[in-house]
Amino acid sequence: MRYGILLLGAPYSRQASHSALRFARALVAKGHILDSVFFYHDGVYNAARLAAPPQDEPHLMDGWKALHDEHGVKLDVCIAAALRRGLLNETEASRHGKEGHSIEAPFALTGLGQLVDLGLRCDRLITFAP
Amino acid sequence: MNDTQTDLQGDLLVILRHGPHGSSLLREGLDMALVAAAFGRRVSLLFMGTGCTALVSGQGQGPLGQKGTQATLNMLEMYDIETLLVESEAMHALGLEACDLSLPVIEVSPAQIQAAMTTHRLVATF
Repeated sequence: MRYGILLLGAPYSRQASHSALRFARALVAKGHILDSVFFYHDGVYNAARLAAPPQDEPHLMDGWKALHDEHGVKLDVCIAAALRRGLLNETEASRHGKEGHSIEAPFALTGLGQLVDLGLRCDRLITFAP
Repeated sequence: MNDTQTDLQGDLLVILRHGPHGSSLLREGLDMALVAAAFGRRVSLLFMGTGCTALVSGQGQGPLGQKGTQATLNMLEMYDIETLLVESEAMHALGLEACDLSLPVIEVSPAQIQAAMTTHRLVATF
């Protein structure tokens, strides 16, 4: 089956991100296709490139990156939700006159139209909410 | 109920379970509905639990400077989002009547909610 994940919970604050990542790994282990993870609401913080969690805790951002590298899972971040929370890629940082950027590939800033398309092209869209 | 079920067909059902203040989930859920409608998808909204309070008249900007969701709700018709369902049980629990709400709604039972979830290709819950 083709799956999509909609993640709304902030990393380390809520269980949502941990559960979503475990679910994502279980999907690919079972031979399903995980098309994309769409980060929305506080879920956008999962894409923060500067996150530095303690070494004895799961590194959620690296976990998402590994899914992308090993299984081609797309990592889409809602641009409107990200910008108002201080998460910008290089292009947006430059457009808004900010000194640094906080999102980089393989996380991609995109619009909500991608979320709608993802939901409609997958057999299942699973939401992980705070 | 049969008439209601006919109305309930669509591409996307957005379920809104949070009120207009305290979190941005209502606004971000409505944003998804508007974007889907702008791309030509048939969208229905289902207000459940405290989400029903979103429809109470006069939800303007609060003292915290949030935008308020009344303006967005007023735009729904322009986006052809006309199927607004509200959870009947929540309306009773909150002491609300349809006449307290700013837009025309259809009150739905648990069975009708179940039906709505099966007659839409995609369900997103906020």
